[in-house]
Amino acid sequence: MRRVLLAVVSGLFVMASARERPAEPQGGATVAGKIKFTGTKPANPRIDMSEEPKCKAKYQATPTEETVVVNPNGTLANVFVYVKSGLPESYKAPAAAGAVTLDQDGCRYHPHVLGILVGQTLDIKNSDGILHNIKAKGTKNRPFNISQPNIMTSTRTFTAPEVMVPLECNVHGWMHAWLGVLPHPFYAVSGADGSFAIKGLPPGTYTVEAWHEKYGTQTASVTVAGSETKSQDFTFAGK
Amino acid sequence: MTARSRRIGVAMLVAAGGVPLPSPLSLVAQDTTVGKKVYVKWCAGCHGETGAGDGPAAAYMLPRPRNFTGAVYKIRTTASGQLPTDADLLRAIDDGLPGSAMPAWRGRLSDAERRDVLAYLKTFSSFFTDTSQHVVALTFGSEPGGGTNAEALKTGRQFYDSIGCRKCHGDQGRGDGPSAPTLKDDAGFPIFAADLHQSWRFRGGATSADIYRRLRTGLDGTPMPSFSDLIDQKFLTDEQLWRLAQYVRSLSPARTPEVRDVIHAPRLAGAVPAAPGDSVWARVDRYWFPLVGQVIRKPRWFAPAVSGVWVQAVHDGKSLALRVSWDDRTRSPDTTWLGFERRVLETVAGGDDSGTGRTAGAFPDQLAVQFPRRIPGGMERPYFLMGAETDPVYQWRWTSAPNAAGGGAAAGLARGLERFDSLPGAPRVQASYDHGEWRVVFTRSLATPDTANELQLEAGRAIPVALFAWDGSSGEHGNRLAVSTWYFLALDQPTPPRVFVTPVVAMLLTLGLGIVVVRRAQRRQA
Repeated sequence: MRRVLLAVVSGLFVMASARERPAEPQGGATVAGKIKFTGTKPANPRIDMSEEPKCKAKYQATPTEETVVVNPNGTLANVFVYVKSGLPESYKAPAAAGAVTLDQDGCRYHPHVLGILVGQTLDIKNSDGILHNIKAKGTKNRPFNISQPNIMTSTRTFTAPEVMVPLECNVHGWMHAWLGVLPHPFYAVSGADGSFAIKGLPPGTYTVEAWHEKYGTQTASVTVAGSETKSQDFTFAGK
Repeated sequence: MTARSRRIGVAMLVAAGGVPLPSPLSLVAQDTTVGKKVYVKWCAGCHGETGAGDGPAAAYMLPRPRNFTGAVYKIRTTASGQLPTDADLLRAIDDGLPGSAMPAWRGRLSDAERRDVLAYLKTFSSFFTDTSQHVVALTFGSEPGGGTNAEALKTGRQFYDSIGCRKCHGDQGRGDGPSAPTLKDDAGFPIFAADLHQSWRFRGGATSADIYRRLRTGLDGTPMPSFSDLIDQKFLTDEQLWRLAQYVRSLSPARTPEVRDVIHAPRLAGAVPAAPGDSVWARVDRYWFPLVGQVIRKPRWFAPAVSGVWVQAVHDGKSLALRVSWDDRTRSPDTTWLGFERRVLETVAGGDDSGTGRTAGAFPDQLAVQFPRRIPGGMERPYFLMGAETDPVYQWRWTSAPNAAGGGAAAGLARGLERFDSLPGAPRVQASYDHGEWRVVFTRSLATPDTANELQLEAGRAIPVALFAWDGSSGEHGNRLAVSTWYFLALDQPTPPRVFVTPVVAMLLTLGLGIVVVRRAQRRQA
């Protein structure tokens, strides 16, 4: 009887505390690491922007596509790392707050790879002021295709988890970006030093996946407890 | 249990269980069991058993048949990214999709069959049962008047430029913009930016209102985006978008060109115009002849790039001038389209060729005008597809290839698709290419010395004529071409003098008699 009472009370306590802090991640662990790159670094195709003098003027050297961006320290940028599975069933994602921005500047997308929560606002910004169309080619999310011929911002949301939703501009065939839509905030994109960190994880064992647009995916199983930081590197090999 | 009572039963069950009905339209007679039967019989050949747009005929088509599994539809009244309404889907089934292989099914299938098949094709995607999908048709205002006057069209043109239509559709709207050679649809197949001069081939209809709707909704699954955000954010007024639609509409003939069998070549008092840009052509009737892919001889070609040609003809009693104009996105050979050409050749199956000769190359654009060797007495004509070994046809051929012998033109005898024997006397030819349009003028004397091989043109006779076109940048050469059937050319005869004299004599007689009658009456009164 006493045990039951304790369980009920603690259950109520958990519910109450969950209600108090709905936007906080329910954990303090971190998975961090580097995306290493081995093998031959492929040359990205050069972009001929002669049809778009406004964009061309933003570059000193001929810009290239960003399919494979190898950092000076030999790591790989633009890798989307996320928790693919392993979250406890009791886990409740925080309500999507704020917006994620995708900018079209110099006829390229910034960032090239990004993540967003289901229901979170994506601000699609055109800083170029020339015609871009932005086409999202999701299959779990409804695809869309909207036109932006001015300096302007359009907003869209996504309804279903999907890694990845390809984004593209058809006026400028070289413009590609990748959007990871997730039901939780446990994702990161490797940056200019090739590192990533997924913070605020509840204790547990997770399948962490690293995704790259050319080299595909790699997964690792990571167990975290408390507020510890576990290191998990991934290595992609140039082909 | 009849289908009808089964449906009512299902409806009652659903109502009793309190399950929310997805949309009121699903109450309309829709039976997916019957729908499946109709689908398998009439639709699966192109759209595939599983609705993936991969039926046995699909590989021969460009554009490819719709893949129903993604529930992505071009022609909708809903915002970009939304599902189509049932009415949108039914319209495509009922009226077909002009400019594609999709025929109109109204009249071929009953009302119930068409609704049942609509219900069935929605089962291919789970999006249609996803209750979080809100399917709401956009509200479209009514078209502002004065859509054909110069001021409205000027406004429309202004926005055509400012919002970047020309990037894909080109400066004059013939689908030849700088981004056009890079375009792909969502499945990765090559896709042409629409030629805005051929509104009768627009998938969603040819009216200004249809065009306005496509601007608002975009064509999902294609590079054509929706422009609704521009109105929502007040970059553009609704009226301005209507003006743009009206401008686009104005690029095509007011009415869908009807195919007339006989080209009338009026007789001119002066010499015939040899230049493609001569002002005479603006005053002469033009005739539209649709072309289709050559699918009789191997290798067959199912994706002809030239959908038809406009023909005009005049003569002066001594010479004939024939102008053929057609829309072609590329002045071939054009290396910027080589990648697109390769994708077209990879996409469209020949079915019966071993894959040889399907490499992209810098082929020229070509045109052939075909006549029999002599005007037939009756209806007997040589085989339309470039004659036969024993019964050749007389042809004029033109090619855009620089430095071709005879300044790009030749005359000769064709004995089937594979054999062309040049004759010494070629017609004179002048060609121009401007913003996606070829204009080629052939001129030749009505009579020539080689009466055995060269057609002797005569006024007042029905002269059989057929036309063939190749677009080099679509990989067309040899048997891969667009063909027409036989039509007729008729050179107007000079008007006999009595046509002019008789009315004058009659008028003078009437006047004279009138004067006599009046004089007599006056005399009597006096």
